[in-house]
Amino acid sequence: MSVAAITVPTVTHSLSKDEELTEKISVRNLDFFYGDHRALKSISVPLYRGKVTAFIGPSGCGKSTLLRILNRMYDLYPNQRATGHVTLDSADILAPSQDLNLLRAKVGMVFQKPTPFPMTIFENIAFGIRLYERLSKSELDDRVRHALERAALWDEVKDKLGANGLSLSGGQQQRLCIARTVAVRPEVILFDEPCSALDPISTAKIEELIDELKDDYTIAIVTHNMQQAARVSDFTAFMYLGELVEFGETTRIFTTPNDRRTQDYITGRFG
Amino acid sequence: MTMSDHTMKAFDTDLQDLNRMVAEMGGLAEKQVADSVDALAKRDTALAQRVSLADANIDALQREIEERAVLIIARRQPMAVDLREVVGALRLANDLERIGDLAKNIAKRVMALNGEFPPPKLIRGVEHMTDLVLQQMKLVLDAYGGRDITKAMAVWRGDEEIDAVCTSVFRELLTYMMEDPRNITFCIHLMFCAKNIERMGDHATNIAETVHYIIEGHPIADQRPKGDTTTIAALRTG
Repeated sequence: MSVAAITVPTVTHSLSKDEELTEKISVRNLDFFYGDHRALKSISVPLYRGKVTAFIGPSGCGKSTLLRILNRMYDLYPNQRATGHVTLDSADILAPSQDLNLLRAKVGMVFQKPTPFPMTIFENIAFGIRLYERLSKSELDDRVRHALERAALWDEVKDKLGANGLSLSGGQQQRLCIARTVAVRPEVILFDEPCSALDPISTAKIEELIDELKDDYTIAIVTHNMQQAARVSDFTAFMYLGELVEFGETTRIFTTPNDRRTQDYITGRFG
Repeated sequence: MTMSDHTMKAFDTDLQDLNRMVAEMGGLAEKQVADSVDALAKRDTALAQRVSLADANIDALQREIEERAVLIIARRQPMAVDLREVVGALRLANDLERIGDLAKNIAKRVMALNGEFPPPKLIRGVEHMTDLVLQQMKLVLDAYGGRDITKAMAVWRGDEEIDAVCTSVFRELLTYMMEDPRNITFCIHLMFCAKNIERMGDHATNIAETVHYIIEGHPIADQRPKGDTTTIAALRTG
């Protein structure tokens, strides 16, 4: 199979003159197979450090698949394999020797549906921390509080940390999941349609949160909501039928896309 | 890029309506310009009166376009070329409304002149400018209707001649005023008429820039040729 590699500029993008971009995660010539089906076709794309990169495209275009590769989520399933190069800093994510627990601590993920564990709000967060670290009671308390603060949930739950996580509203549950992700101090956070089950106010809170988090984390977000991608991201990648069609600064992609397919998709002209 | 239809058909209808309204406004503005200068040339106060009243139609259409554009933005959240279409329609409506105002101002001056007869020779210069401006307006509205970048650029580059004629009309009027102070009143009116028409030309080039932006997504990078020296050279000759 010969597919022309999409050349992605490495560090040539810059949002302002004095801002240098470095790649936190680099994806090069990535193919992905579900059995015999080639779901991703020679994808090359950077995730810049401290930036939000949005992945957009119609259902089945491979954007969630790509996200699931970045923390080797696909490893849970048989007959799925990835070929190509994906590096986090300079470590090879796809290497069989890669410690998956360590990788997933570094690359956290928030899913479409909020998935709190059926335990207390406190335990929902402490549980994850205990997997990776041994902390004293007071250190653990501090870490849980800090995570809840980062997820803009602290004020709403500080008086009921012993309540069941499932008793929270959908938006709160999603922020609880973000707090859980933040608590293990990841370097990259992947959001797979984090707001698709939320009302507009909860959505706005999550978006505000993403905006705050990007100072400390590298963020990738898959979304079907074009306006959301335009609002929260610095870079946007448009994918179609397993290919990366266009990648660039969000401001340009949503005003003057280069590719006809990108334009058709973002303006709502796709058949 | 050629355009396919939106999945949401009503969005296409919205944009087509907006286009149609802008085109209609353009037609009205063209007529106002032609009529106002006609009234000037023929000393037709009644026609001037009608032009002055008809300006309200252009203003109403502008408000309607604004409302419609705001509604489309609120309802459809247009992106990329669609967004430029909507923003472009707003800008065009603005320029056309200004052109309408300038025509109305000429009509008012015709009414004010009431009874004074400038020599036809002097009005001929203004008429010539008007012909050029009407050509520019027609071309730029065609460029908008057909999303024709070549026509838009032709308009953008073609403003120089109007400016040059305007400068020569100014010089002529100046000498006429110096000859006899009794000429001053109508010469001043004519000067303003000429300046109004020159301004209409500028609005036509604005529209050309907007059409370019709608099609290409970025402003014209070139330097525009300028021939209007009425503010500097003409006054210096006095």
